[in-house]
Amino acid sequence: MSLRSNRLFSVQDIIGFAILAAVIFVLLPLALDDFRLNLFGKYLTYAFVAVGLVLCWGAGGILSLGQGVFFGLGGYCMAMFLKLEASTPENTAIQSTPGIPDFMDWNQLTALPWWWEPFNSLAFALFAVVAVPVTFAFIIGVAMFRRRVGGVYFAIITQAFAAILTILIIGQQGFTGGVNGITDLRTLQGWDIRTDSAKETLYYVNGVLLFACLFIAQFVRKSKLGRLLIAMRDQEDRVRFSGYDVASFKIFIFCLGAAFAGIGGAMFTLQVGFMSPTLVGIVPSIEMVIFCAVGGRLSIIGAVYGALLVNWAKTSLSESFPELWLLGLGALFIAVVMAFPNGLAGVYAEYVAPRIARLFSRSPPGAPMTEDRARTLAE
Amino acid sequence: MLDTNPNFVLAVEGLTVSFDGFKAVDDLSFYVEPNECRVIIGPNGAGKTTVLDLLCGRTKATAGSANFKGHELLSMREDQIVHAGVGRKFQTPSVYEDLTVFENLELSYPHGYSVFGALAFRRSAAVRSRIKEIAEMIFLDTLLEEKAAFLSHGQKQWLEIGMLLIQDPELLMLDEPVAGMSVAERKSTATLLRTIVADRSVIVIEHDMGFVADIATRVTVMHQGKVLSEGSMERVQSDPRVIEVYLGH
Repeated sequence: MSLRSNRLFSVQDIIGFAILAAVIFVLLPLALDDFRLNLFGKYLTYAFVAVGLVLCWGAGGILSLGQGVFFGLGGYCMAMFLKLEASTPENTAIQSTPGIPDFMDWNQLTALPWWWEPFNSLAFALFAVVAVPVTFAFIIGVAMFRRRVGGVYFAIITQAFAAILTILIIGQQGFTGGVNGITDLRTLQGWDIRTDSAKETLYYVNGVLLFACLFIAQFVRKSKLGRLLIAMRDQEDRVRFSGYDVASFKIFIFCLGAAFAGIGGAMFTLQVGFMSPTLVGIVPSIEMVIFCAVGGRLSIIGAVYGALLVNWAKTSLSESFPELWLLGLGALFIAVVMAFPNGLAGVYAEYVAPRIARLFSRSPPGAPMTEDRARTLAE
Repeated sequence: MLDTNPNFVLAVEGLTVSFDGFKAVDDLSFYVEPNECRVIIGPNGAGKTTVLDLLCGRTKATAGSANFKGHELLSMREDQIVHAGVGRKFQTPSVYEDLTVFENLELSYPHGYSVFGALAFRRSAAVRSRIKEIAEMIFLDTLLEEKAAFLSHGQKQWLEIGMLLIQDPELLMLDEPVAGMSVAERKSTATLLRTIVADRSVIVIEHDMGFVADIATRVTVMHQGKVLSEGSMERVQSDPRVIEVYLGH
């Protein structure tokens, strides 16, 4: 970053964004069949969470082990709308109370709960996809950051939230669909989301939304707020005694991460066709941190690749060795943290980028790549 | 009564803090005048750093008052105290090691304190020229693009002082600003302090008596949370009580 210019995109950034766009919008659709493309669409919904984690954790040093909560809340908001649309009186004529979602009927509910009513409106549901996770994040953020809870304590508390929400969803079966989640989703404003062509369209919508989030993340990182986050990570007291209300910045970035996660969750529901508590709890929340760590917690682009790669490995490996997958994931996390603390992006910046730079070099060849320079590039 | 007295920038009266019954600062009173460089000295554990912690809001006082130009500092939040015009440097240099010298100073530039202010903040020509001006004062104008992690210990001390100066505070509190500095760096720092005290008041905690003699307008000697002696350097140095507890060994 130069003294005179503070442009939104450096050349490195433009190359990174362009390659990612080519991968998502050209390479994957050409290389994969409809089924696999839909799978990769699902993986990309986790990338929203990973990008949010880069901002919170990588830049701001706020490790949240409860991002599944926000992913789930966004996903449930979308699922509630889709479920209501699927539960027309005609479709549910065999129920004792037609016109309400099937799981409510099985649980002896005879009327739609009042807080389900607004989800009849698509506009409200789309608003809620972002607003509900952000509201939750805001409440948690105010409660924690105003009291200066941070570090490990914050991570543990967010994990507790993930556990609480899972238990709540499973326990309130009549209102939430319980452990099965909300399933059998069919149409969006009459558009059947189960067809191959709809899935393909949704894949592209997902890609566009992901890029929108990436641009927002890039803007935040390049703003003074982005540098303040790094400053807070290193010397929180100095920031505070420079006149900043540290808590409000943490709350903001935590809410932004929650908003991204909520959008990801909604896109998951649309592409996969259901939402369940297994996507909300502690394990998926930790997996999301691993996606971010593998991709590189300082790089928003790296986080997207991390989400793609780990999920792809998960699908391939768990198909062949289901019992080994969790061990493998754990080993991968430890290996990355020990050997490549900046993840794939760090490896790229340290080993690949210098070679490429040498190929096109105008600068003297073999300029030494210090760890610090690598880190700068990784950011 | 005090805030009507224009002679004092800071009036500390009856300042007390007790940690589980132990009074680290005990009924302390002192007054700082405009353009004064007040040095606080005293043996380890006398409560010097705690006084600064209390004044900048890091620690909450048990009793007393600290009146800064009509503001009661003891009941204000850290960032509000900064906005009122009080800056504080920490004992160990606290700079943002992952950021450049320029960015360190930029983050201290007094503009865009809110979340959305920070998002909208732009590096205007005014910001850049102000940063350059401060960087020249703190001898770092050739190192603006350097990451703070690569600065020497003394340079980090200067950088932190610069980060305070860019906010143009009326009261600057420096905790051991020359610790870890070479003799030459100490001389430069003394010159720097004499320049900045022309526009503001400064409270300095220091152990290096040569440096204290160089910069002090008045000296307050603290011992066990209380003021042991106060006055000019010569007076304090000849005070038998001060010699006994502090200077003598």
